[in-house]
Amino acid sequence: MLEIRGLAASINEKPILKGIDLTVPAGEVHAIMGPNGSGKSTLGYVLSGREDYVVTGGTATFNGVDLLTMEPEQRAAAGLFLAFQAPIELPGVNNANFLRTALNAIRRAHGESELDAVQFLKLAKAETKRLAMPDDMLKRNVNVGFSGGEKKRNEVLQMALLRPRLAILDETDSGLDIDALKIVADGVNALRRPEFSALVITHHQRLLDYLVPNRVHVLLHGRIVRSGGPELAKELEKSGYAELIAEAA
Amino acid sequence: MAAVTETLDTVQSVTQSGYKWGFETTIEMDFAPKGLSEDIIRLISTRKEEPEWMLEWRLKAYAAWLKMEEPHWARVDHPPIDYQDLHYYAAPKKKAGPKSLDEVDPELLKMYEKLGIPLKERAILAGVDPDTVEDRQVAVDAVFDSVSVATTFKATLSKAGVIFCPISEAIREHPDLVKQYLGTVVPTGDNFFAALNSAVFTDGSFVYIPKGVRCPMELSTYFRINARNTGQFERTLIIAEAGSHVSYLEGCTAPQRDENQLHAAVVELIAMDDAQIKYSTVQNWYPGDANGKGGIYNFVTKRGACRGARSKISWTQVETGSAITWKYPSCVLHGEDSVGEFYSVAVTNNHQQADTGTKMIHIGKGSRSTIISKGISAGHSNNTYRGLVRMLPGAANARNFTQCDSLLIGDQCGAHTVPYIESRNPTAKVEHEATTSKIADDQLFYCRQRGLSEEDAVSLIVNGFCKDVLKELPMEFAVEAQKLLAVSLEGSVG
Amino acid sequence: MSTGASGFLERFEGVLGKLPGDSALRAAAAAAFRAAGLPGDSRGRRIEAWKYTSLRAVADATFQREAAPRHEAETILAGLPLLDAPRIVFVDGAWRDDLSAIPAAGFARFAQQPDFGTLTWPDREPMVALNTMLAEDGAVLDVPADHDGGVVQLVSIAASDADFHPRHSVRLGKGARLTLVEVSVGQGTYLLNTVAEIHVAEGATLTHIRLQDEAATAFHVSTAYADVEAGATYDSFTLNLGARLSRTEVHAQLTGKGGAAHLNAAQLLAGSQHADFTSVVGHTAPGCQSRQTVKNVLAGKSRGVFQGKIEVARQAQKTDGYQMNQALLLSPFAEVDSKPELEIFADDVKCSHGATVGELDAEQMFYLRSRGVPEAEARSILVRAFLAEALDAVADETIRARLEAAVEGWWERQAA
Repeated sequence: MLEIRGLAASINEKPILKGIDLTVPAGEVHAIMGPNGSGKSTLGYVLSGREDYVVTGGTATFNGVDLLTMEPEQRAAAGLFLAFQAPIELPGVNNANFLRTALNAIRRAHGESELDAVQFLKLAKAETKRLAMPDDMLKRNVNVGFSGGEKKRNEVLQMALLRPRLAILDETDSGLDIDALKIVADGVNALRRPEFSALVITHHQRLLDYLVPNRVHVLLHGRIVRSGGPELAKELEKSGYAELIAEAA
Repeated sequence: MAAVTETLDTVQSVTQSGYKWGFETTIEMDFAPKGLSEDIIRLISTRKEEPEWMLEWRLKAYAAWLKMEEPHWARVDHPPIDYQDLHYYAAPKKKAGPKSLDEVDPELLKMYEKLGIPLKERAILAGVDPDTVEDRQVAVDAVFDSVSVATTFKATLSKAGVIFCPISEAIREHPDLVKQYLGTVVPTGDNFFAALNSAVFTDGSFVYIPKGVRCPMELSTYFRINARNTGQFERTLIIAEAGSHVSYLEGCTAPQRDENQLHAAVVELIAMDDAQIKYSTVQNWYPGDANGKGGIYNFVTKRGACRGARSKISWTQVETGSAITWKYPSCVLHGEDSVGEFYSVAVTNNHQQADTGTKMIHIGKGSRSTIISKGISAGHSNNTYRGLVRMLPGAANARNFTQCDSLLIGDQCGAHTVPYIESRNPTAKVEHEATTSKIADDQLFYCRQRGLSEEDAVSLIVNGFCKDVLKELPMEFAVEAQKLLAVSLEGSVG
Repeated sequence: MSTGASGFLERFEGVLGKLPGDSALRAAAAAAFRAAGLPGDSRGRRIEAWKYTSLRAVADATFQREAAPRHEAETILAGLPLLDAPRIVFVDGAWRDDLSAIPAAGFARFAQQPDFGTLTWPDREPMVALNTMLAEDGAVLDVPADHDGGVVQLVSIAASDADFHPRHSVRLGKGARLTLVEVSVGQGTYLLNTVAEIHVAEGATLTHIRLQDEAATAFHVSTAYADVEAGATYDSFTLNLGARLSRTEVHAQLTGKGGAAHLNAAQLLAGSQHADFTSVVGHTAPGCQSRQTVKNVLAGKSRGVFQGKIEVARQAQKTDGYQMNQALLLSPFAEVDSKPELEIFADDVKCSHGATVGELDAEQMFYLRSRGVPEAEARSILVRAFLAEALDAVADETIRARLEAAVEGWWERQAA
């Protein structure tokens, strides 16, 4: 269970998050919606520990463990996964090698045995197949020369392999055609288990047709201004954020 | 697969902390007195049972050296070297030359085992993809200080007509070949350190690949400095006759020491028509401690002559060790359509200084060269790429492409790029690109978000940065080189 | 009369105490010059900074002070395509009131205000030492803070077979602006050895255009030092067309946050001309930008040299440095030597350089010819296009047109 209380954060001394309260119980998928600049991506970065973001107040715990004091890799080991809005390119670093290194680092942190190249490749190939991705995805350099859609799918592949307990998807649906969108949704749906939670950050209601959230929250000016069921997303799709912005102002 | 795993384990077992190969063997040494003089050179020549012409060659080099000054144009700093305070000859005591491994000092064998050198005859598997794995054998001419103590695979090689032996042996047994080629690529008076080497070299490797022969295995020599205050002056000569191929691997480790040690090797490569020589080096001599105390001075002259049409010489180096590296493996491209390549990774950390690069001298029509250099600086180190591309008037339609990239880790180090481009032929084309950057914060964060520690993330990104060079290494070196990069950068982040 | 370094030193002994300014400074410069000699002189030390250019020919030449100029400065001046703007004219190194139209304010002569400044390094640069020894006159330009100095032309005319060592100083106050157009021409066998010290204060912008079209038998050496403060811009462009041998050296130091230096140049050479463009950009403050495009077009037996160094000091984080140098060899006897250099001590930087050397692009040639353009014309179109890229860096259209006209003049001379 993810519990966020009064979370405030700033970047370059500019406050972005101004007191977020949010609880995502185990087994639930919550959507975070909101206009550009409302702080959606910042929430993902702060929870995963990006350095430039300074937490100025509040708490965030995952299954009772304080997330905010941990290094990014410790949060990853604790089960947190951030699917980046703009996945980073790593020239010369082969995707398979990257994933195996990451997976083994997390396994090590859990006291599990590491996978050798053969075991890993078997696992990874099964996942790429399931996600209808070409095998050469594993051989290519991480995100280098990937199209926008390929990058997003690569994030889903990583998520599928690392099997997080808390996934934060930062606009993973942007720039995807409908087939790719389904693949992303299927990827997350496949992970749905009683001990898995997800925060889906999105602009559009479209993804939520395939990945039905338990709750929808609207983020505006660094605060959650409304929460509701899946119907809230549909409502927003029709009316837009203008009304909410007017209300907040 | 099994052998690769084993190699990995071996590497891992020796990469636990600090400098991994810092042990000494306790074999009794046979020293010549300190200092350099004509008498010492005569002594070396006598000990090596050399013919008179070789002694004269050495004395000529010595005379030239006496008139030369130590070069100071490279971006390296060191206290003055007292050339009279070094031993120029040291040899393990022996009763008679070993005829087989069984006769080799077990202490030595144990040391090689610790180093993970595959001295015993065995096949080494190469390649990650199990489908493409093929048996590849590595012949080792292991140099222990100044004397080659074991040569393996001789039988297989001699069946192919390949000569692979210590150069001292070649001087005795193949004097005509040595006379014909020695010093023709790097003349005795070429530079200060080459002259010194020519005067006092004690051993090294000699390779001769006859016409049309593809060398049946990778040739490998592991060098090792061991005796205190012993200069190490290897001399390597590789001759590839028309249509022949050879891949030569060189790697070195040195025991941990406080005193600086001088290493001034000379390597000469000669490729005739259609011949190909691939020369790969992993250099991890002792770099000195974290405060810059100790470490090897590595002043090396390496040059290849592409004498024949369509000949090719390819240098690949991974330089992680030595307190000071001064090294420019070069190609003189005489032959029409000949090809020169230089792939380099140089890592400096703590107080290391590296000034390394290449020279591509284009003489022949249609000659081509490629230079890929990746420099990584960390700690308080300085890392310089220095390279020359020269297109002479006859080099019609010659081509060069150069890519030099530098990566800085931390704000106390320096990365420098000093290319020289000289062209005297309008049809020749030279392209040069260089970049300097640091590891991007978002790359580090991305890796850490996936669970990698900062150190592992840096190592992964650095290996990616070097990939274009590492992929040129034979597989058995590539694995070691990757680990070395990680080890060399330990403590440079955070 | 002695030639070479000793000739200059002898003359210095002769004029000691008679020249304006600090004589101790001049004596120190003479000592440095004596120790270093002329670069490339057999007695001189080998200096890496002069790797590709030797002043041996300068050492062998005889320069003398003559009573009257051999050539008509007025005629030479009349032939120049000058702009409709103030001009300061020096003939044989001395200011000529009658030929000048000085700016309304801010102009003085070095002969009257002999300040050697603070930026130059006579102990490191032999030619700067020589200038410091023998400088007699020069322009001192001051643009006060927040003032737009407009365009000022600085013209050097050589009319005697002598050596001249002008010493210029240009100071822009905070937020000031100035476009300085330097033209150097002449007739005969002479040595022009200029040193300029340039200060661009916070937020100021100096556009510095130089057209070097010296006599075919002349030697031209010019060394400029620029100090660029926070938020200031030093934007320079040099066009080298003339002289038997020229060396243009620029040192720009970015000493304040957010400063910018643009050191662009084009050299167009034929016959046995030798031209060396050497630059050093020092990033000593964070967040500065430097840009450089240098092009060489080399015909005949000419030799073009480019040496460009970007230095980034430890504290100069967020430096953005870029440098491109390209050479076009139009003849089998031409030579180009290029040394683009990076020296970097800060980690959070973006620095890169590129260099290309070659002949005209065969595919472009073919494309033009396949469209019916004759080979010679296609060649000329492509060479001009190659140069145009460098000239594009000159923002002022009138000035750019003058430079383009000078390039056209060069082509006509070659055709003649």
